Amino acid sequence: MLLKLIERFGAAVERPVEGVGRCLILLSATIKWIFRPPADIRNIFKQMLEIGVNSLPVVLITAVFTGMVLALQSYTGFKRFGAEGLVGSVVALSMTRELGPVLSALIVTGRAGASMAAELGTMRVTEQIDALETLATNPVKYLVVPRFLSGTIMLPALAVVTDIVGIIGGYFVTVMLLGASSKAYLRATWDYLNVDDIYSGLIKACFFGASFALISCYKGFYTKGGAEGVGRATTGAVVVSSMTILISDYFLSAWLFK
Amino acid sequence: MVSLNMFFHLTCQSWQFEIVNEMIELIDVHKAFAGKAVLRGVNLKVEKGESVVVIGGSGSGKSVLLKHIIGLLKPDQGTVMVSSIDLSEVDEDGLNEIRKKFGMLFQSAALFDSMTVWENVGFGLKRHTLLTEEEIKDTAIQKLRLVGLVNVADLMPSELSGGMRKRVGLARAIAMEPEILLYDEPTTGLDPIMADAINELIIKMRETLNVTSVAITHDMKSAYKIADTIAMLYNGEIVAKGTPEEIRNTSDPVVRQFIEGRAEGPIVLEGVER
Ligand SMILES: Nc1ncnc2c1ncn2[C@@H]1O[C@H](COP(=O)(O)OP(=O)(O)O)[C@@H](O)[C@H]1O
Ligand SMILES: [Mg+2]
Repeated sequence: MLLKLIERFGAAVERPVEGVGRCLILLSATIKWIFRPPADIRNIFKQMLEIGVNSLPVVLITAVFTGMVLALQSYTGFKRFGAEGLVGSVVALSMTRELGPVLSALIVTGRAGASMAAELGTMRVTEQIDALETLATNPVKYLVVPRFLSGTIMLPALAVVTDIVGIIGGYFVTVMLLGASSKAYLRATWDYLNVDDIYSGLIKACFFGASFALISCYKGFYTKGGAEGVGRATTGAVVVSSMTILISDYFLSAWLFK
Repeated sequence: MVSLNMFFHLTCQSWQFEIVNEMIELIDVHKAFAGKAVLRGVNLKVEKGESVVVIGGSGSGKSVLLKHIIGLLKPDQGTVMVSSIDLSEVDEDGLNEIRKKFGMLFQSAALFDSMTVWENVGFGLKRHTLLTEEEIKDTAIQKLRLVGLVNVADLMPSELSGGMRKRVGLARAIAMEPEILLYDEPTTGLDPIMADAINELIIKMRETLNVTSVAITHDMKSAYKIADTIAMLYNGEIVAKGTPEEIRNTSDPVVRQFIEGRAEGPIVLEGVER
């Protein structure tokens, strides 16, 4: 099922059939190697640190300001028809369903996706990937699997952080700056927020994490043509991953929230 | 016909030794990239313990040839045999087992730049043996000493000079005690003294470790020094093969032009107008 989804969304993105096909081949190789022992725990951990922990500062700042601006805008807008009591719900629903997963995915793509493509691309053009193979080490297992797994695991975690921090940012603006009632804000947040909202947001985050990691690894893995090629791979990774995230977001939302 | 002479000579040699033990055999190997033929029917045999040097111009497909021997590239047509096993008939695990017999030194050393020198050298040991971290480091230091390096184990590859990187690459190649060593332009880009030191090392590896080796180069001085047999790759084929002495005295115009390093002659340089 996952295979089919990626195929559909990948095809919608500009890059034509050949890239999508090879990307899917890499995906199936990656999935195959995930289940082949031994698991490379240390490498997975290192990547989780890189993707998750090192992205945290940027994600935190983005989340808090997004929550703040969301509250500010909806408060002034809703005030016109006396619905400022709903600001808490708007912030909570937008963050969990939409902005948490999408924003954290876009930020991580810009940071970790770019660095994955650049690192693997450099390894390709300096023959380090060939060297891995000559040392009887499968490069998909050694390089792609840890990145793919960490992307898939860490993005939902970052999305949760984004959700919470965004809601706190919204609370800060609405209650502390605009002087709305704290109780009313919290009630608006909890009353309209379902577990489903959070949970489907996290499914999206999982999917985004898998996609950006796969696409970035793919771009790096098949880099050609020296330093210039590495540059192209890095840009390509960010552009294609971001497009995939935004386009698939629509379809996933249509499917999850119907 | 130089090549005929040489084949005759080689055949005689094999008869003398009775047992013909082919370590590596390429049979009619063809390879094209995006429609551009690079190898057009390469035939090459390497016997156990032999040191073969393949010479040829830049872009003639030497690296491509070497990558076929260790299965990094697959031929479009033809067969690559390593100790009588057809590489196209083994699965991924089988190929990895065969690769453990190999050590390869890349042209730019291809050290893993995220790891220290000793982690580079010990990479294969870490992946394929149950040795402890300490044992691996000790072995790595010992291999580094073998290639003439001391006190570098904890440095990062980016802190090393070109010649040192090649030595580390060589230490990594020999760390798993391979039976076959492949060298991709081992002396290219080094100053003459460092180049000669690397040649000496290659000879030393052969004498102390008793390995079969295939080197590719366009450095004739190096070729004469390290080869039992020199083969010339031109136009996607092996056009001549013989001992260094035979190659030095050949009358084949293509080989002569190459070993004398002349711009005029039968060899057509790609993209260069005459
Ligand atoms: N992976 C590849 N993809 C496309 N073309 C390649 C690839 N590897 C080598 N080539 C082409 O094959 C030719 C021979 O390359 P190579 O074997 O590296 O030459 P050299 O004899 O200098 O080592 C070159 O024209 C190169 O562009
Ligand atoms: Mg080469």
